[in-house]
Amino acid sequence: MDVKIKSMKHEDFKHNEYIDKLVEELNATGANVVVGNFDKLINWGISNSLWPLCFGTSCCAIEFMSLGAARYDMARFGFEVARNSPRQADYIMVQGTIVHRMAPVLRRLYEQLAEPKYVIACGGCAVSGGPFKNSYCVVPGVEKILPVDVFIPGCPPRPEAMFYGLMQLQRKIKVQKFFGGVNRKEKIDEFFAKHPSEKGQIG
Amino acid sequence: MSDFKEIISKICSSATFSEGDTLLVTVPEKDWFPLAKALKENKDLDFDVLSAVVGMDWKDELGVIYYLTSTSHDWAVISVKVAVADRKEPMIHSVSSLWKVANFQEREVYDFYGIKFINHPDMRRFFLRNDWKGYPLRKDYDANPDLNPIPLDDEKNEDDTVSYVEDAKGKVKAVPGKVFGEDDYVVNIGPQHPSTHGVMRFRASVDGETVRKVDVVSGYIHRGIEKLSEGLTYPQILHFTDRMDYMSAHQNRHCLCMCIEKALGLEVPRRAQVIRVMMDELMRISSHLLSFGCTAMDLGATTAFFYGFREREMVLDIFEKTCGARMSMNYNVIGGVIADLHPDFRKDVHHLLEVMPKALKEYHTVFSGNIIAMNRLKKVGYLSKEDAVNYDITGPSGRGSNWSCDCRKKHPYAVYSELDFDEVLLDGCDSYSRYMVRMREIEQSCRILAQLVDNIPEGDIRAQVPKIIKLPAGRWYQQVEASRGTFGVYIESDGQKNPYRVHFQSPCFNLVGVMDLTCSGYMIADLITIGAALDFVIPDIDR
Amino acid sequence: MFNFGIWTSEFNNWLLGLGIADWLVVLIECVIIAVLVLGTYTVLALFYILYERKLCAWFQCRLGPMRVGKWGVMQVFADMFKILVKELICLKNTDRFLFKLAPYLVIISSVTMLACLPWGRGLQIIDYNIGIFFILAVSSVGVLGILLAGWASNNKYTLIGAMRSGAQMISYEISLGLAIITIVVFAGTMNITELVWAQEKTWFIFRGHIPAIIAFLIYVVAATAETNRGPFDLPEAEHELTAGYHTEYSGIHFGFFYLAEYLNLFIVSGIASLMFLGGWMPLHIPGWGGFNAVMDYIPSVVWFLGKAFFISYVIIWFKWTFPRVRIDQMLAFEWKYLMPLSLANLLLMAVFVALGWHF
Repeated sequence: MDVKIKSMKHEDFKHNEYIDKLVEELNATGANVVVGNFDKLINWGISNSLWPLCFGTSCCAIEFMSLGAARYDMARFGFEVARNSPRQADYIMVQGTIVHRMAPVLRRLYEQLAEPKYVIACGGCAVSGGPFKNSYCVVPGVEKILPVDVFIPGCPPRPEAMFYGLMQLQRKIKVQKFFGGVNRKEKIDEFFAKHPSEKGQIG
Repeated sequence: MSDFKEIISKICSSATFSEGDTLLVTVPEKDWFPLAKALKENKDLDFDVLSAVVGMDWKDELGVIYYLTSTSHDWAVISVKVAVADRKEPMIHSVSSLWKVANFQEREVYDFYGIKFINHPDMRRFFLRNDWKGYPLRKDYDANPDLNPIPLDDEKNEDDTVSYVEDAKGKVKAVPGKVFGEDDYVVNIGPQHPSTHGVMRFRASVDGETVRKVDVVSGYIHRGIEKLSEGLTYPQILHFTDRMDYMSAHQNRHCLCMCIEKALGLEVPRRAQVIRVMMDELMRISSHLLSFGCTAMDLGATTAFFYGFREREMVLDIFEKTCGARMSMNYNVIGGVIADLHPDFRKDVHHLLEVMPKALKEYHTVFSGNIIAMNRLKKVGYLSKEDAVNYDITGPSGRGSNWSCDCRKKHPYAVYSELDFDEVLLDGCDSYSRYMVRMREIEQSCRILAQLVDNIPEGDIRAQVPKIIKLPAGRWYQQVEASRGTFGVYIESDGQKNPYRVHFQSPCFNLVGVMDLTCSGYMIADLITIGAALDFVIPDIDR
Repeated sequence: MFNFGIWTSEFNNWLLGLGIADWLVVLIECVIIAVLVLGTYTVLALFYILYERKLCAWFQCRLGPMRVGKWGVMQVFADMFKILVKELICLKNTDRFLFKLAPYLVIISSVTMLACLPWGRGLQIIDYNIGIFFILAVSSVGVLGILLAGWASNNKYTLIGAMRSGAQMISYEISLGLAIITIVVFAGTMNITELVWAQEKTWFIFRGHIPAIIAFLIYVVAATAETNRGPFDLPEAEHELTAGYHTEYSGIHFGFFYLAEYLNLFIVSGIASLMFLGGWMPLHIPGWGGFNAVMDYIPSVVWFLGKAFFISYVIIWFKWTFPRVRIDQMLAFEWKYLMPLSLANLLLMAVFVALGWHF
């Protein structure tokens, strides 16, 4: 299975071995032709219609606004329908530092997203805590509390970097299986089994 | 300065004085409140602005340093030190009844140091969760992460508050209170909300659509920059200022650099000074453009937002060419700037100066000239001049209430004293005035840029600084005019290569303090426009 | 001008000629019509979503969707597939029945309205003698759906959104109704076919000149409010109430609200073209025989759609230009200015009709 993103050559993705591994894993289990084609259609739909949840905590949010503005115009990819209600959004792009007080809120927002849902950690702070890593109340990377799909480094990342990250997410979605098979849902469940909250499932 | 000394020693015999960057008055706790009252109300002193409240931990005692400014005495600044030795139950009299701005400031000090303020109406934590263990900025704070693990459970909506009231005999008693009553219909706005400009949270009790009271819940992006700074060397703490108010990155960093340079007695080359001023003004333009865009967006005029961003990109291009980044530029360094100007700099600035007047006209046509926008902004969010002074609302928001508070005029720094520009003042006291002040300030910034762009002197961009920067023991306070108001940096050094205490006095912190005052009585929809017109940046509040 | 009625009646005769029972013929025709209506509904809604996205991009010096398909035409299909597979979340502590019912009410009301529009000559499903009245009545059912959605979600934002929506729609329905009644007074009929045929020579907006133009302007303003679009998009007011009454809806339930919003835009534009701009009637100028003959060559469906798209364009233009008004300002505008004006206009029209001061 080859994963194509328009106007981005496969070679440009090649250094990202993660997705190639994912493809192998999926190919190993095999898929029915009908189901496989449905999968392709649905994945095409999902990957081309990623509606972000507006969730900006600091500087990266301003760059995200630039991403939506006329010069970068994320509408070209169909990303522009930014929803403010998590129920209607497809992915949460964590833009900025997550601190202790914010962590449960972020987790709740993630729980409120409707499946299929994705997480992008955008910017140094969301990836690892960034310059505030050693602080007493900063979460060192959102992967501590959420299963992250794509990391975008930078402080803040340039809009081009955000596009690259979003395209990586598109590519990742294109290899997932919607009907049965190796599903990402299992991985999410695994993640939450490892990172439980005290009361169990929130929401 | 010496006059103040005499008057103060007459009022309070126990006060001791020490000269430094500013006059420091040390008073024992029991005499503090009467002195504060005199400082505010005595016509010869008349310190009507409380510029900064800095909590301190001197190991043997805990305390607070207050920075006071007198607008009537040529913006003279003095500082007052109040300390208590009791580490278990430290208590200091609150001055929130005199200066309203102290309300949130003292809550911050309580949050960081556990100092309880007597007669403060609402003694809750400000940045950290109520279940947080310890007071993080105390020197003996236990930073063990197991003590305060990452919480994954929702915070309870705590309506309970406490107030430490002193009775006639001088006995202090804890009096529990409620933020909202049983019958209040409380609407939660934020922390994830499109119009709070970040992760601010307001709890508003509403009557139909009319807002009755707004409770500000902050700390959703509190990163503990002040504590982190204590563990780093001076060049290392510089980058935090870019990430606090990211829309005033240059000004904030300029302030911190100036404070350190003042302590070192360093002379900054003129070329660097001019470059710094130009960058500050470019930053101001970029910030006000963003503010324009966000105000328009919050009012639902999405197209205007795109127009604002179109011009903002031009400013960002200039930054990118010279500083190497669109945001978080990290450009000012101790002694000057890190890199010389890009060869295109002058050409780009000229181009910007050509475009801006036309663009401003267009904004007015597209957005603020519109009858709907005027109706939404005019006579909304009334903030009188007295309140602006009392709450220390500086910057465009204060000037929209006709308070002349421009730090570039009052305490000129860098080359501002040689420049010809106006301080924009409007007397509408409403959201529309605040908005218009911003638009006019863009014109003034363009004027400053036009004066400087062809007169950048040749020379060094950076003064020689020692390899390891150590500040002499002492304390310094420096203010600049950031995009949103007066930004202050307080540094206390004990002679080491890292500071003993760094405090950032951010303008947005005060802005959010007037939300309750300005929003009460208006509609929920107005809460959004008032917030947009005050234009606070949340990471600047939370730090 | 081609009459689609010839096709439809021939099809009907052919079915009857097959020798099957009459009720079965009606049933077969109903099913075919239902499929056609639903198909048109979907295609139109998708078209409108793309139309608005492209238009707003154009207003904002952007390109809009470009990557999915040529010029982004496939973008809406991607969105559709996405929304179809999204999880449907039903919350704890909500009224489940009402929560699930609300989006269907909204979509049913807009499908029914769509079904009443005359698309072209002979291309109409049912020809009531109270046609326009029926459309107005059905449009009110949509409000009920929105109110239910807000109430059943058990969320303060949705409740505020729904209350705003209720207040807004009920208020503006008055002006909308009065504007339509003005034309009904002028035409002397509520039958949609007769309304269109009455405009064969000249459109109502020209024939009724002053009062008709005022009614048209009132109608456009009221229709913008009626469809919850900017500057009257308070029920959704993204920046105040996150997503207004549909905050808690996900997946296709949200999709229904989304589709209905766009389709209502088409419907109000369709009614405007029907009432003021001659429906599917071509532009005829009295005395210009050759010009009129050329105009007649353009199919009636194109005329109808063209006019509707043009009015939608104006309404979309409003949305992306104006800031949002506040609830009290909006209600004051309706009750203090718009409604008295429409009443006065109705009176004016009555005088014009009585004295024959029209073309």
